This record gives sequence, C-alpha cells and structure tokens, in this order.
Amino acid sequence: MEAIRQTYFQECEELLLAMEEGLLALENGADGETINAVFRAVHSIKGSGGAFGFEALVRFAHGFETVMDQLRAGQLEAGGDVTALLLRAGDLLADHVAAARDGGAAPEDGEVSAALAALAGAEGGDEDFAPADFEGLDFVPLQIVVEDAPPAPTPMQGWRIRFAPHAALYANASEPALLLRALRGLGDLTVAADVSTLPALEALSPQAAYFAWDMTLAGDIPRAAVEEVFDFVTGQCDLDIAPLTFLLVAPPEADAPQIVPLAQVAPPAEKAPEKPDRKDGESRQTIRVDLDKVDRLVNLVGELVITQAMLSQRVAECKIPRASSVGNGLAELEHLLRELQDSVMAIRTQPVKSVFQRMPRLVRELAAQTAKKVHLVLEGEATEVDKTVIERLGEPLTHMIRNAVDHGLESPEERRAAGKSEEGTVTLSAEHRGGRIVIEVADDGRGIDRARVRQKAVERGLIPAGATLSDEETDNLIFMPGFSTAKEVSNISGRGVGMDVVRRNIVDLGGRIVIGNSPSQGSRFSLTLPLTLAVLDGMVVAIGGQTFVLPLTHIVESLKPRAADIQAFGRGRNLLNVRGAYVPLVMTGEILNVPDARPPSDGVVILVESQGTGRLALAVDAILGQRQVVIKSFEDNYRHIGGIAAATILGDGRVALILDVDGIVARCRDRIADLNDLQPTGT
Amino acid sequence: MSKTILTVDDSRTMRDMLRLALSDAGHAVIQADDGVAGVAALAQAGPLDVIITDINMPRMDGFGFIGEVRRHPLHRATPILVLTTENDAGKKQQAREAGATGWIVKPFDPARLLAAVARVSP
Repeated sequence: MEAIRQTYFQECEELLLAMEEGLLALENGADGETINAVFRAVHSIKGSGGAFGFEALVRFAHGFETVMDQLRAGQLEAGGDVTALLLRAGDLLADHVAAARDGGAAPEDGEVSAALAALAGAEGGDEDFAPADFEGLDFVPLQIVVEDAPPAPTPMQGWRIRFAPHAALYANASEPALLLRALRGLGDLTVAADVSTLPALEALSPQAAYFAWDMTLAGDIPRAAVEEVFDFVTGQCDLDIAPLTFLLVAPPEADAPQIVPLAQVAPPAEKAPEKPDRKDGESRQTIRVDLDKVDRLVNLVGELVITQAMLSQRVAECKIPRASSVGNGLAELEHLLRELQDSVMAIRTQPVKSVFQRMPRLVRELAAQTAKKVHLVLEGEATEVDKTVIERLGEPLTHMIRNAVDHGLESPEERRAAGKSEEGTVTLSAEHRGGRIVIEVADDGRGIDRARVRQKAVERGLIPAGATLSDEETDNLIFMPGFSTAKEVSNISGRGVGMDVVRRNIVDLGGRIVIGNSPSQGSRFSLTLPLTLAVLDGMVVAIGGQTFVLPLTHIVESLKPRAADIQAFGRGRNLLNVRGAYVPLVMTGEILNVPDARPPSDGVVILVESQGTGRLALAVDAILGQRQVVIKSFEDNYRHIGGIAAATILGDGRVALILDVDGIVARCRDRIADLNDLQPTGT
Repeated sequence: MSKTILTVDDSRTMRDMLRLALSDAGHAVIQADDGVAGVAALAQAGPLDVIITDINMPRMDGFGFIGEVRRHPLHRATPILVLTTENDAGKKQQAREAGATGWIVKPFDPARLLAAVARVSP
C-alpha cells in the first residue's frame, strides 16, 4: 500500500502540473480539450485520494470538479473571475495534496470552497450539483446500501420475486444465473422458470429474451438486500418484489421482448478515435524505468567510451595507419559510441518545464503580497536537462524569481513615474548553448543599485571603504555570504540566505552564474549549467608525475609565475602577486602528499574561485590539456576523501583524481586564514 | 477460479490498486491506460472474463470504450464493470445505456472489488 501511496503522490504531481498548465491556458481562452484535461486531473486526484481516506482533499476536489464539470458541459463560461477562482482552487488543491502527503493540517479552503459552490449552484442549477450534495456524498469505503430504499421494513418472512430480463440485460453481458445465485446466497430460494413466451425453434431470435423466473425467497431478509442484487440490471428487466404474505395478483404483462440493436445501445463511439486531440507530445509513448537501471547504463557506456579510447591509443602505438580497415573501423566505432553516449544521457534528461511550471503560481502569490503587477514570461520550457540538475534547480530559481519581483520590480506608482508600464515583466528562459544549458531570469525593474550595494558591502565589512571596484565587481558583491540589499528583511526574499546560497547551489551543479545589470532598466541573471552530471569539463594537470583533473567551472585563469611574484611567509605559506593583487598560493602537491612536485616558480599556477575564501592560486607542474571526463564517484565505491571530488579514467587507461577545490581549501584553511591577515590592504 | 481481467484506467494509482487487488486474488490482469489502449488490448487479448474501465479518460472515454467492446466480435459478451466516483443514478444509467454490466463505486476496498467481479462473472 505504501508503494501505491507513493505512486499516487507522484501521479498527483503530474496531474497538478497538467491542471496548472490547463488552467493557465484557460486564461488565454478555453477550448474543450483543455477544460476536459483539467477536469480529468482534478477527478483523478479526487478519485484515488478517496482510497487513502484524504477526506478534506476529496471534499475540496469534489467542489472543484463540479465546477469543471459544468464548464465542460457548457453550463458555465470560463472568463476573468471564474478563471481567477479556478487558479486559486488549483493552488489550494496542490496545498491539499501536499498536506495529505506530509501529514500536515489541511489548508483553509472555506472561502474558495464556498465560492466554487456558489458558482456551481448559481449557474448550474442542476440539483445533482447543489452544494448540499457535498455533505450527502459518502466517500467512506464500504458504503453499498442504496439510498432510496424505503425505511427498513419490519422483518418479513420472505419475498416473492418475478424477474423477467429484457434483451438489453443480455446485451450488457449480465448473466441471470449469477443473479439467481446471489439471491440464493441471501436465503432459501425456490425458482420456477417461466418459458411460456419461448417460440418455436425457427422463430427463435438469438438476441431476444424469452425466459422469466418466479421465485420465492424465504428468510428474514431486508428488501434493500434483494433490490441490491438487481441494481446492476435496473431498467433492463421487469422486476417485481412483493412480501411473501401477499400473493402476486397477476404476473406483469408479457411484453414482447424488446430487441435493441447493439449499435443503437452504444453511443457513437466511432468519433472518438478520430478526434484530433493528439496534441504535440501527448501521443508520445513512454515507459517508466528505475533510475538505477539508467545510471547503470550511463556508467557502462562511460566505460565503453574509455575502452574505445584505450583501444584507439593502442592501435596508434602499433603504427597502424588511420586509413586502414582497422583505423576506419575504429573511427566508426568512436562515432557510434559518441551517439550512443548522447542517447543514453538523453534518457536522464527532462524538460525544464517541470520546474518552470511552478513559477507562475509563485509569481501570482508574490504579486499579491507585494501589491505589484507582474507578468511572467516563460520561454524554452521544452529544453531538456539532466533530471538531477532539474531537481536541484527549483530552489535557486525560486529564490531568484522572488528577488526579481521583490527587489527588482518597482511598485506600479514608481514604474509609472519612471515612464514604464505599470505591469513589470519577469522573463524566465532556458536554451541550449554550446553543450550547456543557459537559464536566465530577467526583469525590467530598477536594476541593481550599485551605490547601495557598495555601501552595504562596506557596512558589512566585506570590502574596505576606499576600495576601487569595477561595475561588474560591484554587482558580484551580492554573491558574498551574508549580503542582503533589502533595507529590512522582507518576508518574501527570506532572511540570511541570499544570493550566496544560490551561487553555491549552481556551482555545486557544475554551473556558473553571471549578472547583467543596467540600472533603471532591469537585471538579468544567467545560469550556465552542464547538461548532465555524469561528465565534467576538466583541466588535466600534472603534479609530481601524477595526473589530476580540475573542474573547469572553478578555474578563473592560469598563468606562469615569475619567482619574484611569489612571497613566502614561512613553510607552506606563500602569497602570489597577480597583477598587483595578492592571492594565497597553495602548494597542491604538498596538500595531496604527492612527492616530487615542482616548485611553483618552475611550474604553472591556476587561479581558482573557491567558496568562502575567494580566489586562490593552486600550484601544479604542468597543464596537460582540457577534456570532458566521465565522473566515477568515490562515495559510491569507496568513501569520501577530503580534497578529492571523484575519479575518472583517462584515454590511456590511467586513473586520474578529480580535485575538489573547496575541499582543498578546507584542508589548508588555517594557512590561508593566516595569509589573508597578511594581505596588504587596499586590494 | 482464476480470471483474466482487462483494466482500463488513466490513473496509475488506480491501475496499481486494481492490479494488486485482482492479482492477490489469483486473477490475471491486463492493463491499458485509456480507451484507445483498451481497444488495442482487446485486439491482442484472448478471451476475457471481465473488463473493468474508468469513465473519464483522455483520447477515448469509458462510454466510447464500452461501445467498442460491445461491437467487438470476440469480446462483445464480456461483462464490463465501470469505475465511478459518481454515486448518482445519472452516471450509472449512462453507463448502463452504453452497455456496462455493472459498476464499482470508488473508492473501493479489495473485498468489494472482488465481490463486484464475482457478481458479473461465474
């Protein structure tokens, strides 16, 4: 049951998305299929929810469904107020589902429920949908008793029953024998078949009904129980149930059996399959696969790529020309493997839509809370990214959208005064660019106020008062830990957690974040993320005869230092002068216990950006190249090692460790802290 | 006795619940996730003992699907139970007119489901 519960909530999530999508489409005019889709989503959530006893959810969904049903039937018109109410109802339904899932208290839905009921009652008028119906509807399992049964009669000695099926009963695949058997289960049954209407063989129609049965059912049986046996076939038979003490006055007139052609019984179903409701994407066939299986596949393909690279290298070592049949075969293999790798990676990808879809609601809520007018534009929702990236994108995006509405956009009055339209626009877009995905959150608000950012940074002691900073450097101050530009902590953009957390999330995903800021015209945050977490762009470096990989996302630049640029302050404590600014220099070989590393004056220095400590110079022997590597997790196979993020296998079959810059910083934090104290001021 | 039962429902939760309840009782279950898939299943399936279908489904709804069953050369006489949350007579009557044999009111527990199946199939 727990597994089904999980399935239910998973499905609810999908249904809620479909519902939200449909409701948003309603805003721009309703078509039948959209309304239908929303109805089905609400209906399914309610239907399965009842099985788990989520009564508050079911009750609310029922009211919602009733309105959707009337929209569907054309009894209600979708339009401004109605759509707004439906959107609120949709949000509440999502809250109900969340409450049911997390075991929290059901959200307060009285107002919306009442509005829905009023809408249904006012325009539908159908007594089936009258608000009072909510109370009467029984969602508790095991309710079978037919409501319209007369008040429980005084116990009888039994019943006399005449049962004469119509042809329609047989056409619907009901079986009289089963009904008689069910009756026998209730009490002592005597059956007499009435075959008086049976014609001669040649006049017999295979589709007509000829038999009838006269029965007596003895025992202390409520009438409702007898009627219930026949409730499936009501209207498809002549049925007379009379207490045994009374005699049947006369058998019902032997109607000529009604033969209803099947085609007439069934609704015109031929139309259904022809309906052009296969919207793009809808007709796609999908299967559900355990994520572990996919990851196994990804891993295997990774191994395959490595093996192929090894094979190519060995073949090259054997001096076999590329144009030979072996060379051609290998080239073909490489080509196919690349395609295979792309296809396998694509299995793990999903459209960003699932994250984007959550934002309209957020913006609606924010607009209401801040009394601003906001128009949200979503672009590139179909762009696909790795599932893990998508899952971890929600939080940073939410935060950035909040910032955009709360800090970025001005109030309608301010906007009017600035000669802008009252309604601010926030754009959330995604696109593929050069093997990475770029997600942008842009607003047309006031932009980042650089003077205020600067002032704040000075107040917080993040920069010295007289520091000279470029515009870009000033904008980037908002990523400093603990920085917040809100004059007071607003209840929207949160407290404490700011853009530094956003940036950490993005960097953890192997991505970067860049600000585009034009004061009074708005700001634009661009996130650049890898399409998958299974591979990484890395700089391959050598340290003391060993090979390591540095994630490219951390690297700022690499340079060859002169001996004069390096200032030593005791063993292991060095500063590097980079164009006038001093950066702590880390002897990477020493930290990793690799002997025979070259002194930095003889090697290369790579400037990296680390979390918390800022820029840092890592000394390595040489740069061997830049390549995409397949990540092999240490945690999965061994255990976590500080300073090492993962391992990979290079083309020549050698294992290389992927360095974790933040981990390395952590391993020599005390030395760096000392050095930062030595930092000449005024940088 | 073990029966072969086709279930047609667009809700994965409901399909899972049906499958679990029915296969626990020893029945073989064939699943389809809407009316169109249900029709496709009819074409491939051998004799069926019972068909259980939802009403509200994309592409082809339950009423349409029941019509297809009742016109099907092999399966026209198969008992059909419709799943309905609607406890009102209108929906049941509509299902009956479409050719349904009986119904199961959601939510159901396995015992009620099996009882409904037993009511329409020996």
